[in-house]
Amino acid sequence: MNRFLWPLIAVAVLLGFLVLGLLHGDPRALPSPFIGKPAPQFELPTLKNPEVTIGSKNLAGDYAIVNVWATWCVMCRAEHGFLLDLAASKTIPIYGINWRDSRVEAIRWLDELGDPYIASAYDADGRVGIDWGVYGAPETFLLDPEGTVVYKHLGPLDPVIWQREFVARMGASGGASK
Amino acid sequence: MIPEIGQFALILALSLAICQAVLPLVGAHRGDAAMMNVGRSAAAGQFVFVAVAFACLTWSFIANDFSVLYVANHSQLSLPTIYRVSAVWGAHEGSLLLWIFILAAWTVAVARFSSGLPDAFAARVIGVLGFLSVGFLLFALLTSNPFDRLVPAPADGGDLNPLLQDPGLAIHPPLLYIGYVGFSVAFAFAIAAMISGDLDRRWAKWTRPWTTVAWMFLTLGIALGSWWAYYELGWGGWWFWDAVENASFMPWLIGTALIHSLAVTEKRGLFKSWTLLLAITAFSLSLLGTFLVRSGIIVSVHAFATDPTRGFFILTFLAVVVVGALVLYAWRAPALDSDVGFAPLSRETFLLLNNVLLVVATTLVLIGTLSPLIIEMATGGKISIGPPWFNVAFLVPMIPLVILLGMGMHAAWRTQAASPWLNTLKIPAIIAIILGVVIPLFGYGRISIMLVVGCAAAAWIVASALIPIIRSLRREKGTAGITRSALGMSIAHLGMGSFVIGATIVSAFGVESDRALQPGESIEVAGFEFHMKSLGNVQGPNFSAIEAEIEIRDDGEYVATVRPQKRQYLVQRSLMTEAGIHPGMDKDLFVALGDQLGNGAWSVRIQYKPLIRFIWLGALIMALGGLIAISDRRYRSTAKARDKVPLDSTKTAEAPA
Repeated sequence: MNRFLWPLIAVAVLLGFLVLGLLHGDPRALPSPFIGKPAPQFELPTLKNPEVTIGSKNLAGDYAIVNVWATWCVMCRAEHGFLLDLAASKTIPIYGINWRDSRVEAIRWLDELGDPYIASAYDADGRVGIDWGVYGAPETFLLDPEGTVVYKHLGPLDPVIWQREFVARMGASGGASK
Repeated sequence: MIPEIGQFALILALSLAICQAVLPLVGAHRGDAAMMNVGRSAAAGQFVFVAVAFACLTWSFIANDFSVLYVANHSQLSLPTIYRVSAVWGAHEGSLLLWIFILAAWTVAVARFSSGLPDAFAARVIGVLGFLSVGFLLFALLTSNPFDRLVPAPADGGDLNPLLQDPGLAIHPPLLYIGYVGFSVAFAFAIAAMISGDLDRRWAKWTRPWTTVAWMFLTLGIALGSWWAYYELGWGGWWFWDAVENASFMPWLIGTALIHSLAVTEKRGLFKSWTLLLAITAFSLSLLGTFLVRSGIIVSVHAFATDPTRGFFILTFLAVVVVGALVLYAWRAPALDSDVGFAPLSRETFLLLNNVLLVVATTLVLIGTLSPLIIEMATGGKISIGPPWFNVAFLVPMIPLVILLGMGMHAAWRTQAASPWLNTLKIPAIIAIILGVVIPLFGYGRISIMLVVGCAAAAWIVASALIPIIRSLRREKGTAGITRSALGMSIAHLGMGSFVIGATIVSAFGVESDRALQPGESIEVAGFEFHMKSLGNVQGPNFSAIEAEIEIRDDGEYVATVRPQKRQYLVQRSLMTEAGIHPGMDKDLFVALGDQLGNGAWSVRIQYKPLIRFIWLGALIMALGGLIAISDRRYRSTAKARDKVPLDSTKTAEAPA
């Protein structure tokens, strides 16, 4: 065999290996390892009332979005107006996970800017965030009625992303008219 | 409006890059001079439009246009202007644009300085570079558009990663990219030569200066990154075998091998197929580095935010480029067997060994870098093999490499008689053995086998690299002195010696100590007394910090005052360590603040780093060696004298102009 083919073979092996790595490797290579899988179970105190807890059980039964936010996150402020509009339109229940934040500041934020969330879970030490594979805020998960993660969006939401990424997916697996 | 102009300019640049990729290659194949000439104009046009796009993005940053998503994510109102400019390449999209800009600049430089090359050959080189531009412009426009808008625009941005708010890191990526991308020129020359099928020595002569320039910038870029990691990350180390560091180091190792192999090919017409393979590999590893950094396949402190479509795009592009090049190689290389031989004792032998060892070193780094991935795929567990493995594995090829370096420098081409050669080597060998014992024992008071090996190796390299320079200085009047090429080689090897001694001493005698310290207290580390005089608050433009004032004394004698800071950046809320360093050629004294321990005490990390500056100084000297080597007269003559010998296999394109 032509010995000058060896580099080609070595590279082919390496490339195949990298393709596999990209498909199955680190979760960071995929939008979320949870897509198509049930959302991780959690139970946390709510932001506004530490006595009451909120968890996976509250999310089931309907399409819902879970929005990871924090007062220190500038981009969360950027998407907040859209979340308020979305809440007003009553399209979908919006749940929040207040992530690595101060309870006082977070409540003040919602008082000042308005509260789009049915309820926010308070994840002070970010532990649930780790289970959910959160890299940073804002992040938004779309869950179907069975509690399966359909989509995860990194970064602020806006109407275009909402229509393109979320509404389309709700139609597809929800069996809506289109 | 400005971002849309930038976007439009990028699309125009893509159109021109397509012309630049297709027309000159077709023209060279058909022998059509008009089509070949399109290459230079298209390259110039592409450069202009990429520059416009780059300027538009820079403008968006300076003007705080947060309606541009990329700006909103990576800048902020209170960010100092200088960092608003460097924020352009602070993350994936913009750094890709920088990459494209630098590629276009290299192409224009090649187009400008290729007037001495046969038209068909130059056309092919420009065509191949155009093809690479097309790939990267598509990558930017399809997956990573820096001009995407964010509606509605936020009032303020998310701020630049505080790690990147540093002068060193502002210029580190451009230097590194000039190096990375510069290997595309050697790659393009190799492809052009293989397409034409006529690989004589002139190909090596043309490629050499371009490769050396790229290698110089890569050397400086890596050194700057290492220096930055040293003072900014606050760990006090200078190399971490991080996946992204390795991604830049592998092309450097292969680039170093390529420089040496090109020397053999140019002088003796040997190793042709091997040199071609190295030229392909150096650029392929640059692309692989890009893939590793931008696909998120490997977790690293420096990895960019990731997206699987980007990973697949760059992998596909990598596959097209590398597989295409290697298919061409498998087809053309068998015809390159050379009939000239060389004796076992000759410079050729040493350079061959140099190449083998550098390739082994690269392979080890590649295995180490990819191994977490292999292990994860096999077992599902996430582990890292880490620096200890690299530190040991890397020495295996490196120790023989530095020993052979001194021997090879004094061996003649073709064949070398043993006795005069051994005679020349006697003095450096004696110096090496003496200094190998004296430096650690009397300089630092301790000795071990590795210390003797390291110090002796450094002394050996320096002594043998100085011989040609000393000989030239002592030569009789009227005889020819050392050529710029040979001087450059000696200087670069001196740099290597400086690096080896620095790395040896600092890893053996460096002291790191984590202690608790509060104002008014003193502690002693490595014979120096560190006294914390005060602790106070400092306000920066976009951060607030706690600053300690620490006075260093040696036997009661005042040495220096350092002011380490713990900064909190206001927007990203991240804590950054700004080390206080008292630098010196003989040693660095390094103080970094750790965590607040309560009752006014802080954990501090104090380090004594002897000769650490020799590491970066070594890299600077290596780059200087490269600069001297390319100033050699014979490269200047290439640029002017038009080579009329046809290189093109069609033999039609060479009508005298």
